[in-house]
Amino acid sequence: MTSEKIIRVLVAKPGLDGHDRGAKVVARALRDAGMEVIYSGLHQTPEQIAESAMQEDVDIVGLSILSGAHMTLAPRIKELLKEKNMEDVLMLVGGIIPEDDARELVEKGVVGKVFTPGEPLENIVGYIRECFRN
Amino acid sequence: MQHLVAELLNGKRRSVAKLISMIENDHPDKRQLLTEIYAHTGRAYVIGITGAPGSGKSSLVDNLLYKIRSENLTVGVIAVDPTSPFTGGAILGDRIRMQDHALDPGIFVRSMGTRGSLGGLSRSTREAIHVLDAFGKDLVIVETVGVGQSEVDIVKTADTTLVVLTPAGGDGVQTIKAGIMEIADVFALNKSDLPNADRAAAEIKIMLDMNKEDCWKPPIVQTVSIKNENIDQLWEALKKHRHYMEGSGRLLEARRKRVARELTEQVEYLVKNRIWEQVKEKIDLETLINAITLREKDPYSASLELLDKTHVTE
Amino acid sequence: MFDEKSLEKIKRGKEQWEKGREHLPVRDNKFTTISGEEIGDLYTPLDIAEIDYDKDLGFPGSYPYTRGVQGNMYRGRLWTMRQFSGFGDAYDSNQRYRYLLEQGQTGLSVAFDMPTIMGYDSDHERALGEVGRCGVAIDSLDDMEVLFDQIPLDRVTTSMTINGPASILWCMYLANAEKQGIGLDKVGGTIQNDILKEYIAQKSWIFPPEPSMRLITDIFSFAADNVPRWNTISISGYHIREAGSTAVQELAFTLADGFAYVEAGIKVGLDVDTFAPRLSFFFNSHMDFFEEICKYRAARRIWSRRMKERYGAKDPRSLMMRFHTQTAGCSLTAKEPENNIIRTTLEALAAVLGGTQSLHTNSMDEVLALPTEKAVKIALRTQQVIACESGVANTIDPLAGSYFVEALTNKMEAEAEEYFARIDALGGVLPAIDRGFMQQEIADAAYVYQKAIDDEERIVVGVNRYTSNDEMPIELLKIDPAVERKQVKRLAELKSRRDNLRVNNCLSELKETAKGSENIIPRILDAVKAYATEGEIVSALKEIFGEYKEKPLF
Repeated sequence: MTSEKIIRVLVAKPGLDGHDRGAKVVARALRDAGMEVIYSGLHQTPEQIAESAMQEDVDIVGLSILSGAHMTLAPRIKELLKEKNMEDVLMLVGGIIPEDDARELVEKGVVGKVFTPGEPLENIVGYIRECFRN
Repeated sequence: MQHLVAELLNGKRRSVAKLISMIENDHPDKRQLLTEIYAHTGRAYVIGITGAPGSGKSSLVDNLLYKIRSENLTVGVIAVDPTSPFTGGAILGDRIRMQDHALDPGIFVRSMGTRGSLGGLSRSTREAIHVLDAFGKDLVIVETVGVGQSEVDIVKTADTTLVVLTPAGGDGVQTIKAGIMEIADVFALNKSDLPNADRAAAEIKIMLDMNKEDCWKPPIVQTVSIKNENIDQLWEALKKHRHYMEGSGRLLEARRKRVARELTEQVEYLVKNRIWEQVKEKIDLETLINAITLREKDPYSASLELLDKTHVTE
Repeated sequence: MFDEKSLEKIKRGKEQWEKGREHLPVRDNKFTTISGEEIGDLYTPLDIAEIDYDKDLGFPGSYPYTRGVQGNMYRGRLWTMRQFSGFGDAYDSNQRYRYLLEQGQTGLSVAFDMPTIMGYDSDHERALGEVGRCGVAIDSLDDMEVLFDQIPLDRVTTSMTINGPASILWCMYLANAEKQGIGLDKVGGTIQNDILKEYIAQKSWIFPPEPSMRLITDIFSFAADNVPRWNTISISGYHIREAGSTAVQELAFTLADGFAYVEAGIKVGLDVDTFAPRLSFFFNSHMDFFEEICKYRAARRIWSRRMKERYGAKDPRSLMMRFHTQTAGCSLTAKEPENNIIRTTLEALAAVLGGTQSLHTNSMDEVLALPTEKAVKIALRTQQVIACESGVANTIDPLAGSYFVEALTNKMEAEAEEYFARIDALGGVLPAIDRGFMQQEIADAAYVYQKAIDDEERIVVGVNRYTSNDEMPIELLKIDPAVERKQVKRLAELKSRRDNLRVNNCLSELKETAKGSENIIPRILDAVKAYATEGEIVSALKEIFGEYKEKPLF
């Protein structure tokens, strides 16, 4: 058995947005990097995502949002995670997110980092590995 | 860690999640925790579900969950997916099919990777069943990969084993793997709206008649999971098998065998680990391997020598 | 096309050339298209020796339409400049549409918000945070009336990108046209209405496949009888490509979907020539210039041949593949967004050289948000510069006869045929979708593409080469969250002033018709005219049709 704990990630698609190309590509990349990826499927409510994160005891919740609804969905999910005593779960967001929204989400502690289209997969993997180095 | 067990017995869902993680990650307190919860296990009825990838296992589980909950039973689901032997990672995609139940407090779903276990059902999975059992779940459903030896494993773990098949494109049932016919207590012939479904069902029946002389004849239920067809019948078949197991005393017998196996497994695990720890401490394995490779020694006498240098208990 | 002697001479010449360049340096590069197609270093008549001009190319406006579907293509009329647009509420979008028409756009194209696309009203809990964000919020005929205020529907054609609830939005459009005093026989436009590609790629479905196909064939037959100028379906490859497919996959899966719709229409007893003339297509235009041009030409040829030979279509209009093109959203970058203007220009040019009937050019900021007025104007100007200043529209199908272009067109056609065979072997499009065949091909291609970029095998300027750190922030469009509140209020007001008894009756009748096999469009029209909301109609239909659940693949 490996001594390194396997990182568990919930890749989730909140809201009505059906574009899952990025989510699936990232899921594969994370699997190839040795992580266990639980994919939530499309059209998830914040409640479903938070509850799934809890049952699966994930280390990271990765949201993929391309519909512009990120300023409503991401904070709501973070709030629900807090209610479930999961505030130390790292939240990451990918998708169509303008820079000042991204800055606000990070500054307010809602997410750890925002990844926009074109971000190299190895950067995402690298960032996660860095966060869990301890 | 004590509080986790207390919370588990008090019905706190987060403790289930945390405990299963500790088991998966081989936490040092794991043995202690399992010791504490074991007395509270033995109540849950375990249903194992296996079948080829793409046969619709997860959809069937999703359908069954509605039926189970309509009878006010609580259920834990463990969905197992294969871990990549090359990267150690996995995509655990069964949960997707069950997300309609995500907010039902009577259902707990946990996805697990096989994490290197060859049999498809790792020790961690079996220990996770104990956690859900102690948590008070009436039923535990274990959905496995359907490749490798997972079928054989599941029959050792489950009280009732459901095998999911589908009619193949051309004629009859898809190639039936060795062992499948023997392990199933109930067959679901899913995607029964495909052509040749009736013929496939007939073929399975013929194969069954040739095999078992048992008192229990595994029924073949033709389902269409995406249309929610015949799920009632499937659930009835599963319940019928349970009654049979309980009524005939087979359940107790099977569980006794399971306990025996688990005990053996735990002993063998401890023995193996302790021996290897000592071997690694006392002997330079690399040198020994080199010597054997050069035929200066042989593995058969070398292993005896190694064992002589160790002892099992401290 | 060439005689034996000339070909022999060319062959010898080529051998000489090969010898001569043995010592010449070769760039360290993979010479493949963005889809991974290997491209040769030189093409000569040898590569197209088998081509028969008459059989394989022909003339514009005649079988097999390789050189274009209209007899005089852009010499007769330029492509329609149709920019996809919509955001906020109907008032906001109406303003944007009038602006675009003033700036020279020649047709409208409506983008709806996610709740509308998925069949939810703006006041539904699932719509929270999503109203008006990636398109316009339309809940009822009331909103539709505002959306087209001061826009004459007998002079402007409208394309509506809507799939699951297409029948409902279409009925709202038709009801609104009638209110404007325009007969349904004069109304022209398109509804995307391509549910198969939703299951494959875009994933904005509502109902399962069977009832969805029923809605589509009902639309075919209602339009054939009542709305003759309307394109009832825009069989789409755009989204398949955006989901990560290769160019050949886009070509093959789109056409396969098209064949499936034709078969569905025939199956319910419609004569192919009654509905096929109104089938239209929608392709992507991605970065590999020539691959895209060849794709369009191959598409036209494959479609016309199959329609004639397999489906027995006789009306020439049934054989003509008319298509709209959108430049590739997935080719745009968040880094150095101004570079996107250049990308869009090349992609637009490829679509024009490929003979598209209408074109949407993306704005440079669409990787970050919905486009600002400035960005969308540049996108529109891009088309206008190509049309008026570049000279490419002076002659029809200018690239025909190019050894490279014809060879690649043939190659892509052959590869598409291979896919058709594989899909047929699985039992057809619906079983293939059920098995996840297309979805898996697309997911694999998407992954391969991303890895190629990460490994720097494929270069994206500004992203993995020629990068800079001086980011010039561009102004982005912000959707006012007040839009959602406003819309919810409007809805409530509508519900209180309409005849709710009439609405309920219409919904009941709708459900009854849904259970049977009668054409359901007239019932939807009735409901829409009674000001039933989209959400109410969808909910009623869900009771009878059920909901679709996907089986995701990686």
